[in-house]
Amino acid sequence: MTKPDPMEEIRASFFIECEELLEATQDGLQQLDEGCADSETIHVVFRAVHSIKGGAGAFGLKSLVRFAHTYETTLEAVRNGSLEADPPLINLFFRATDHLSDLVRASRDNEDVPAENGEKLLQELEQYIGGGEEDEDEPEPDIDFQPLGLSLDLDLGEAEEETQTTPRFEVKFSPEAEMFEGGNDAYPILGAIAGLGEARVQCDMSRLPDLKNLAPETPYLSWVVELTADVDEAEIASMFEFVEGLCAYSITRLDGANEATAQDAPVVLDLPMDLPPLPTPETDEPAMSIEPEPEEAAAPAPPPEPDVPAPSAKEARPTERAATSGQTAPKSVVRVDLDRIERLVNLVGELVINQAMLAQSLKSSGLSPHSDAMNGLEEFQRLTRDIQDSVMMIRAQPVKSLFQRMSRIVREASAAVDKDVRLVCEGENTEVDKTVIERLADPLTHMIRNAVDHGLESTADRVAAGKSPGGIVRLSAAHRSGRVVIDVSDDGAGINRPRVQQIATEKGLIAPDAVLSDSEIDNLLFLPGFSTASTVSDLSGRGVGMDVVRTSIQALGGRISITSVPTKGTVFSISLPLTLAVLDGMVVDVAGETLVIPLNMVAETMTLTEETLNTIQPGVDVVRVRTGFVPLFDLGHLLGYRDKQDSYVESVALLISHEDGSLGALIVDDIQDQRQVVIKGLDDTFYRAPGIAAATILGDGQIALILDPSDIISKAHDVNATAPLKLEA
Amino acid sequence: MTQDKSTDADTIELLTFRLSDQEYSLDIMCVREIRSWTKATPMPHAPSFMRGVINLRGTVLPVMDLAERLGLPRREYSDRNVIIVVKQGETMTGLLVDAVSDIITVNQADLQPPPDATSQTAPTVIRSLTLIDDRMIRVLDLPNVVAFAQSEAA
Amino acid sequence: MSLEVLAVDDSRTMRDMIRFALEPAGFTVHTADDGVHGTEVLSEIAPDVIITDINMPRMDGFGFIDAVRERDKYRSTPILVLTTEAAPELKQRARAAGATGWIVKPFDPIKLVKALQMVAG
Repeated sequence: MTKPDPMEEIRASFFIECEELLEATQDGLQQLDEGCADSETIHVVFRAVHSIKGGAGAFGLKSLVRFAHTYETTLEAVRNGSLEADPPLINLFFRATDHLSDLVRASRDNEDVPAENGEKLLQELEQYIGGGEEDEDEPEPDIDFQPLGLSLDLDLGEAEEETQTTPRFEVKFSPEAEMFEGGNDAYPILGAIAGLGEARVQCDMSRLPDLKNLAPETPYLSWVVELTADVDEAEIASMFEFVEGLCAYSITRLDGANEATAQDAPVVLDLPMDLPPLPTPETDEPAMSIEPEPEEAAAPAPPPEPDVPAPSAKEARPTERAATSGQTAPKSVVRVDLDRIERLVNLVGELVINQAMLAQSLKSSGLSPHSDAMNGLEEFQRLTRDIQDSVMMIRAQPVKSLFQRMSRIVREASAAVDKDVRLVCEGENTEVDKTVIERLADPLTHMIRNAVDHGLESTADRVAAGKSPGGIVRLSAAHRSGRVVIDVSDDGAGINRPRVQQIATEKGLIAPDAVLSDSEIDNLLFLPGFSTASTVSDLSGRGVGMDVVRTSIQALGGRISITSVPTKGTVFSISLPLTLAVLDGMVVDVAGETLVIPLNMVAETMTLTEETLNTIQPGVDVVRVRTGFVPLFDLGHLLGYRDKQDSYVESVALLISHEDGSLGALIVDDIQDQRQVVIKGLDDTFYRAPGIAAATILGDGQIALILDPSDIISKAHDVNATAPLKLEA
Repeated sequence: MTQDKSTDADTIELLTFRLSDQEYSLDIMCVREIRSWTKATPMPHAPSFMRGVINLRGTVLPVMDLAERLGLPRREYSDRNVIIVVKQGETMTGLLVDAVSDIITVNQADLQPPPDATSQTAPTVIRSLTLIDDRMIRVLDLPNVVAFAQSEAA
Repeated sequence: MSLEVLAVDDSRTMRDMIRFALEPAGFTVHTADDGVHGTEVLSEIAPDVIITDINMPRMDGFGFIDAVRERDKYRSTPILVLTTEAAPELKQRARAAGATGWIVKPFDPIKLVKALQMVAG
């Protein structure tokens, strides 16, 4: 394994940290916005922006530093109470955070961000804090962190190049008692000065009283350093930076130019130069260990405890702390290459397959179900499932980051169409497979835009309808029976069904005389090429329709459904598998092929009989289920395996429940088993068959296709779309 | 597969194989492995030359009947047939052929473009021709063989 | 002679940077991610120098310095404050709180090492 550049590593980890900090910022602003912030909230936001700025400075990311600085200054004004966080300001903070994340990502990817957005925001921020005067006093990040410039022999300075003209200085230094209180000491300061060049250090002990008069805490000593070094006075003075005002010192150039740089030095004693030199008044380390020290010796104490924990052990500490400390404590993370997790996931997949093979061969060997081997197998299965769950947990992430991105979409979309919209998020901590989250971003973005653009009425219409002027888009996530359900809802006017049907008719998507149920009309939105807005706004008129959304959700093994209530609003509901890797499936036989149907889609299974079968019209068969009639779909025929069967008596039907509550019955030859299967993706750049969600490998090593029964049934409907079935379950 | 002669830019190594009595070949660099024929799981509604998918050590590999893809008559396959696993771009595909014959090294200069292919609208699947011991060997243009399948399916 | 440093900062990046700047220069670096954590770490190790950020959750830099100075053992341990502002009043405030010196962020490794040498030799 190649050793990565440590600086690149830190940089990469900085950007990961930035994402966490941005998330914390978003959270905080959300709390402020919802009025549920506590006194700590604004501090959290401030610190997050501050930390981004700090890191950005270290990497010389100037535009990021500049923006973060102004943002931070405005936050500081709120923090110290001189500015009130009213809704317009919070809105500005939201937008500033959006821009900040743009800048972070652009910096990460070495891209440019259009400057004008930032400039406008900077101006707005500066209006709150009174002009951009602090532009100048920010620390210029000109001292970029330069790893290559790291020189370890600092002490040598320029002394090597000493020539005749190397300046000589006399530096006098008399500490005062206060100097030692803050932890400063004379020894390191003298050492630092000596380190500038060639030095002779002499101690002036003249003020040292008799032992009986000695006050232990009073510094009596002062020092004179004769320094030959290629530096200027300012550089020497910088050595006194920390003790400015806590000591008296003077710097005098000895050769020629005789200006003294006396810094508030009321008591610089003109020391006689013929003082007894101290031991080793040479260059390098002024070894003055024998001098009387007012405080404890400056030489660092030897490592006090032999069992000092290793740094790595220290690093591990936050893990334990995370559980106990407050929510503000940073999360402890281990960065793992995704490839490694993928490999683990694949291996677990192999394990599951292997276990299935073993189970199959043990069963066929005729062992008693109570034998040790069979008991062991049961335990093995349980363990396998546990391992699988744990491995999947590694990839699980809360949907929070995704939802936060959506809050930005709402802000931008509502601004674009001039509506007042609030996003309400629920269940942000619901965890979903990372891949699922990533691939949800696009469809969700589109749905949110749709909700803002089409779902919600204009402010005027809302007021006219007696609603609050501000619309609400609600985004919620929850685990429901082994799946994740994500709802996008609005409190708008609901789907205008006559209009939808009219458009669909105009576009030739349905027959002019078609009589459709409400839910059938709603589902027309998912047809390719359908677009509802009578005026195409630049917001959602991007050539992406709900059909694309549905396709991408289906590609994730998910389903999307729609429910709408006039004047109350519309809900789009996405149901997704928790993970893309495993699935509880029903293994069935159709025309000699083995197929897998997601178990959660199968509401019920039944064997068909003469009594329950009915033909409505030629080619359209239904089965009676209790009091309703459910349309039958011949799976073998729909998949092109064989011709339509003449009779379905004795066939097995799987009742498939759609998201919208309707039912369909898929006809199969036989049910083999219910089993957990490992999902193997089909390379959809190569070939994507309609109704086929993925594949899996069976115990015998053969590949079985995993079906998307909803898709198969809706495709079957499409075939008949010109003469829609008038069937109600 | 040997790659040690790859330094010689003037020569190319070809894997030759038989399809109905004709000899074809592929640049050895795109061949990942050769495996014996196993029953493929058919893909619904796929073009007929797509034989389906097989399990290649845990991944799902689409398999194409190369003879049918090239317009030769379809016939039943047996255990004697083999699947050449090729990689084109990021996509792995299995090509079902009658039998693998040999690995040959030819000079680039000995490869000649196929005679006028302009009458065909589809991009040609034969990149060049060469003669080995008086036998004509067709060198396949793999991207076109595979790309055709993709556009067909999409 | 290897000096032991405790760096307290809530930013992982900053902790990494300090470690990266100091370890090649021969320092032994321990880290803590806020004041509370810092005081916990101080019960286990005795650093020669402490570097601390100011803005931190749970216990900020000023609180941390107070807590450190309260312990006899650390009455005179040099403490450097990391600050992004070079404003004199901030330095004054740091000093009043008991800090020995300060480092203005962004720092470069040379300056950091130099600052450490100015307080700890």
